Amino acid sequence: MSGRIEARFAQLRGEGRAGFVAYVMAGDPDFERSKEILLGLPAAGADVIELGIPFSDPMADGPAIQRGALRALAAGTNLQRIFDLLREFRRQDAATPVVLMGYLNPLLSMGYREFARAAADAGADGVIMVDCPPEEADPLADALDAQGLALIRLATPTTDAARLAVVARRTRGFVYYVSVAGVTGGKAVDAVAVAPQVERVRAASGLPVAVGFGIRTPQQAAAVAKVADAAVVGSALVDAVAGALEAGEDPAAAVRRTASDLAAAVRTSRREAVHG
Amino acid sequence: MTSAVSLGPDTRANDYHAWPDARGRFGEYGGRYVPETLMPLVLELGEAYAAAKADPVFQAEVAECLRTYVGRPSPLHLATRLSEHLGGGRVYFKREDLNHTGAHKINNCVGQILLARRMGKTRIIAETGAGQHGVATATVCALFGLPCVVYMGAVDVERQAPNVLRMELLGAEVRPVTSGSATLKDAMNEALRDWVANVEDTYYLIGSAAGPHPYPAMVRDFQTVIGTEARAQVLEAEGRLPNAIVACVGGGSNAIGLFHPFLDDEAVKIYGVEASGEGMQGRHAAALNGGRPGVLHGNRTYLLQDKDGQITEAHSISAGLDYPGIGPEHAWLHDVGRVSYLTATDAEALTAFRLCSRLEGIIPALESAHALARLPEIVQAAGPSGVVVLNMSGRGDKDLAAVAAMGDQAR
Ligand SMILES: Cc1ncc(COP(=O)(O)O)c(C=O)c1O
Repeated sequence: MSGRIEARFAQLRGEGRAGFVAYVMAGDPDFERSKEILLGLPAAGADVIELGIPFSDPMADGPAIQRGALRALAAGTNLQRIFDLLREFRRQDAATPVVLMGYLNPLLSMGYREFARAAADAGADGVIMVDCPPEEADPLADALDAQGLALIRLATPTTDAARLAVVARRTRGFVYYVSVAGVTGGKAVDAVAVAPQVERVRAASGLPVAVGFGIRTPQQAAAVAKVADAAVVGSALVDAVAGALEAGEDPAAAVRRTASDLAAAVRTSRREAVHG
Repeated sequence: MTSAVSLGPDTRANDYHAWPDARGRFGEYGGRYVPETLMPLVLELGEAYAAAKADPVFQAEVAECLRTYVGRPSPLHLATRLSEHLGGGRVYFKREDLNHTGAHKINNCVGQILLARRMGKTRIIAETGAGQHGVATATVCALFGLPCVVYMGAVDVERQAPNVLRMELLGAEVRPVTSGSATLKDAMNEALRDWVANVEDTYYLIGSAAGPHPYPAMVRDFQTVIGTEARAQVLEAEGRLPNAIVACVGGGSNAIGLFHPFLDDEAVKIYGVEASGEGMQGRHAAALNGGRPGVLHGNRTYLLQDKDGQITEAHSISAGLDYPGIGPEHAWLHDVGRVSYLTATDAEALTAFRLCSRLEGIIPALESAHALARLPEIVQAAGPSGVVVLNMSGRGDKDLAAVAAMGDQAR
């Protein structure tokens, strides 16, 4: 296994700060520009990258990511092209963990084993499957384990103590805490309410906890970074692509700008808590 | 398929009543593929339904509402002129079109609304294609004074306009869905998104035998009143079981409701009819005949999808059949071979729609017309003294504009 996720969270602990996890949609708006977006993320301050696998029916996503997926699909994105994209990224960056995030059917269609083999070969580190709860996950977890890929689980406000034990079983890398009951890009995170939840998930899993779903602004990201091991931002970055396309501007530059602001807020948040 | 597929939890190959298993599986289909946010709700629903199912008070409440409000039992009509036209045999219609609100959908809505009340839920959401399920849901919400939001694809809002008016009149809020193909699958995505965001108070009243466990089993159970009545009625009328039974299949609720009580009657041939739209070479909605297994909307089943596992848009003239998937129990019944799944095109359904109206004085729903369209072959196979029961799942008033728009083709 690559160990990139573990190494990155160890490094963050050493630096005494939370990580910034950037979600972008693979292939959005097309292969070349998506590659440029991806390559720009580490320099903009992304500590971990979540690479969205576009799906026709993303039932847990709001309009921003739905539209991003449609743009990517219209440009011909499929798993093969996503692996090509990841390989290009790995030629430039060997350290930033990349987690593939999406829905089960494209993986099922390829076959779990073939998917796991190709994903590991392309340089992926983990997988998040939104519509695959622990009860249905064993066949996928087996295939990923065999290739040293982490199956990262989701915990939510509706996950009670008994379920948390189920969620924590066989999870690796980190746990993704969905901060709001809702779709991506919907309700805003309440960092105060999230703090005890993060503790709960950390204690049950023994793993770092990344918090996402309701974070759009640098202020929100900073607030979450005070209490979680990482803050995930997705819709705001996918919206940056949409906004740039509409304005006839460069999407990669727009994503870099948005990501830099968010990363800076995450990096300095605990320092401000101590000094000011 | 292999024996591993057909052997049930208690290993009797032909025990069709042993499914689903504890994991919500029919063979390798079904399951609970939902986001973690919904998982505790789906588990809670499973427990609540199991308790209600075992409670005679709940069952009596459902039966009473079906009797006094829906108008059950629905009659079994001998379609004499149509039978003659088809050259012999006796074709019966199970008249679900005579139910309050004009389709079988209300059977399931009565059961689920009583369950939602029992669970203390205070807000109801639903998806709808043809609008029949939306109307039935809006109706039971009015009956019990619960707020109701119905998601409906924008394309369907247009082609089923009378049902939109009915839902609004009944006090429901109809939210048109413009994402994707703007039809039933997208309405279901949007309803699931609503549920994810409103976990505290909301009950999602799914309209077909699809979705995550326990919905496929629960909706089936609430619809088996169709088959239970039909079986007793045909025994009464003919003194024997039918040679064949037939129903149209969208998500599969009217079909499984008719089929289930007949599954153990091995001599009874069972036919489901999928919508093949423009024909199997063109755009269609036949998941079993033209799709392959995958995961969508919380369950593993046959789906229309491209080589990359992206769901493709279904097409049918009938909004209620315009769905790229099918309930998981049908996927399993297809694999084990107990049910034969045929297809009917838009044009065939229109012809049958017209024929049934003229010969029987019954304007069928375009959905039901797909089952009617396959009658010639089914009646012929049953022979001159054969008895066939067709599920007349709904009435066609809602389809008049769509049929008129087809112009001469329909006349
Ligand atoms: C009259 C009628 N029949 C059949 C259907 C198809 O649904 P199902 O396959 O669940 O019975 C519908 C759906 O809207 C309908 O309105």
